[in-house]
Amino acid sequence: MILIFAEQQNGQFKKASLEAISYGAKLAELQQCEAKIIVLGEASDIANLAQYGVATILHASDSRLKHLNAKAYTKAIAEIAQQQQAHTIIFSNNNTAKSIAPRLSVRLQAGLVSGVVAMPSLQDGFVVKKSVFSGKAFSYVKINTDKKILSIIPNSFGVEKKDMQAAIENISLTLDDQDFGVTMVSQNKVTGIVPLSEAELVVSGGRGLKGPENWGILEDLANSIGATLACSRPVADSHWRPHHEHVGQTGGTIRPNLYIAVGISGAIQHLAGVNSSKTIVVINKDQEAPFFKAADYGVLGDAFEVVPKLTEAIKKFKGTLQS
Amino acid sequence: MKILVCITKAPDTTTKISFTDNDTKLNEAGVQWIINPYDEWYALVRALELKEAGIASAIHLITVGKKDDTEPVIRKALALGGDEAYRIDADSNDSYYIAMQIADYAKSNQYHLIMTGKESIDYNNASIGAMIAEGLDLPFISHVSKLDIANHTATVNREIEGGEETNTCSLPLVISCQKGMAEARIPNMRGIMAARTKPLHTITPTDHPALTSIVSYELPPQKSGVKMIDADNMDELVKLLHEEAKVI
Ligand SMILES: Cc1cc2nc3c(=O)[nH]c(=O)nc-3n(C[C@H](O)[C@H](O)[C@H](O)COP(=O)(O)OP(=O)(O)OC[C@H]3O[C@@H](n4cnc5c(N)ncnc54)[C@H](O)[C@@H]3O)c2cc1C
Ligand SMILES: Nc1ncnc2c1ncn2[C@@H]1O[C@H](COP(=O)(O)O)[C@@H](O)[C@H]1O
Repeated sequence: MILIFAEQQNGQFKKASLEAISYGAKLAELQQCEAKIIVLGEASDIANLAQYGVATILHASDSRLKHLNAKAYTKAIAEIAQQQQAHTIIFSNNNTAKSIAPRLSVRLQAGLVSGVVAMPSLQDGFVVKKSVFSGKAFSYVKINTDKKILSIIPNSFGVEKKDMQAAIENISLTLDDQDFGVTMVSQNKVTGIVPLSEAELVVSGGRGLKGPENWGILEDLANSIGATLACSRPVADSHWRPHHEHVGQTGGTIRPNLYIAVGISGAIQHLAGVNSSKTIVVINKDQEAPFFKAADYGVLGDAFEVVPKLTEAIKKFKGTLQS
Repeated sequence: MKILVCITKAPDTTTKISFTDNDTKLNEAGVQWIINPYDEWYALVRALELKEAGIASAIHLITVGKKDDTEPVIRKALALGGDEAYRIDADSNDSYYIAMQIADYAKSNQYHLIMTGKESIDYNNASIGAMIAEGLDLPFISHVSKLDIANHTATVNREIEGGEETNTCSLPLVISCQKGMAEARIPNMRGIMAARTKPLHTITPTDHPALTSIVSYELPPQKSGVKMIDADNMDELVKLLHEEAKVI
């Protein structure tokens, strides 16, 4: 049995969870075994999850599970895993998974690989490819235990839809109030924007933009394609942009389909966090900028002239698509 | 209040990664080892601030690693601050094994707060803190960007997808630390001198299995070369992004 943890955040499911479901469905096919989805806490549209390839959904609606408590979530999933005699548990590798998958690994004595980017190879044991050295390399990791836990990097595995009818099973768990030691006092979420870790399209700015007052042209470009904004480290360090936009070796590691780097030189620490992007566009006025070597498309020019032109060209193109 | 800070070594961020022995080992020739940035800039410095503010009474550092390559790194950490350090004498890259070593040591030493970095910049597992917490049956909060302690309770900000949350939890507690917690410091001469005589204990590892093993490494495929597009022809770029790259 393969179990896939589909995280609800304020009752909603993220695309990354749907990718994990499709991954689990594919693995179940490969291993010719059953797969089920786990949902903890109340959520809307649970039945919709089935269309990503897994019909059975185990739902524990205990109201205390509304919000992440690593201890309680771990206990809940461990209990379900034991009931279901699961041999593999799949997560999407976000901050929630990072606080529960390792705990579960200890509790179930199940080898964990976090940061998985591909399906496992089953030829010689169970070997999974994961990202290491902050995006500078990959490793192939063998899991030595019968029980296994995989945590999949968002945007490394596409969702596949299937025609499936959901079967929701409500389950009750034996949770202790003691397992809910962490209290959430307040939450501050940027709404309406795809978080960087899950973004398919990213527009990123560096010191070449000269100052925070110049970010308007990047915002316009990002809005024209629905992209999320990112930045280089000095930009975040100078408080031109918020810290969560900082990408690179000591910031976020991302793998969008498109990464547009504007006024960023392409230092090795920056490249580490972004070079898994499928397509990289570099806009820089210095033809010696190292970033061009890591790019698919390059534009040599002044960002203040090139970026508005690119935005215009995109808008024009979107217009022709609509008509 | 006693704090335990988990420190690991990592290749300097400018390292060009390559592998040897049929791609089964990191090529360590010329690699400079540094303190994993998250452990240093955020976990350790914030712990030191808590001691300077009179909130923490002792800061202990712990690392799991071999003498030759880890001791210089842990001495560097001691130069920034911290009262004493412990090195568990084992060479492993299995998170479970490492975490159980730290948990076993912590079990008999009553720490109120255990801090790790958000992740190691070599293995990027972001696992060891949560595993220590499970081994000790303690609460765990990951990706903490702000930490305050009063009345035996921690108030933290933690990063969530697309935002931030404020959480409270009473001690003892395990947290993983990231940007925002503290400002990086540079060790001064006095710190470096003092570090030479601070106690650095060696501990024999306890018996635990490795749940995973690394079979081999691989470098990402090289880009085939950049296609330069005239700055006056952004229609061309849009066309390529749509038709060739198929990303918009
Ligand atoms: C331990 C460590 C960790 C680090 N981690 C990270 C990390 O995680 N992420 C990160 O980004 N950095 C990181 N760095 C910093 C990194 O080494 C670089 O200093 C940084 O990435 C440079 O940022 P930048 O490209 O924005 O600025 P710069 O290097 O100053 O580059 C600015 C670029 O803009 C171009 N430019 C200027 N004006 C224009 C214009 N009008 N139009 C177009 N182009 C223009 C210039 O030609 C130049 O290439 C780290 C460094 C260390 C030591
Ligand atoms: N060998 C080690 N010794 C001590 N602490 C470690 C070791 N490896 C990792 N850690 C700690 O665990 C954190 C997360 O590491 P990882 O789970 O490997 O990403 C690091 O930032 C360190 O604080």
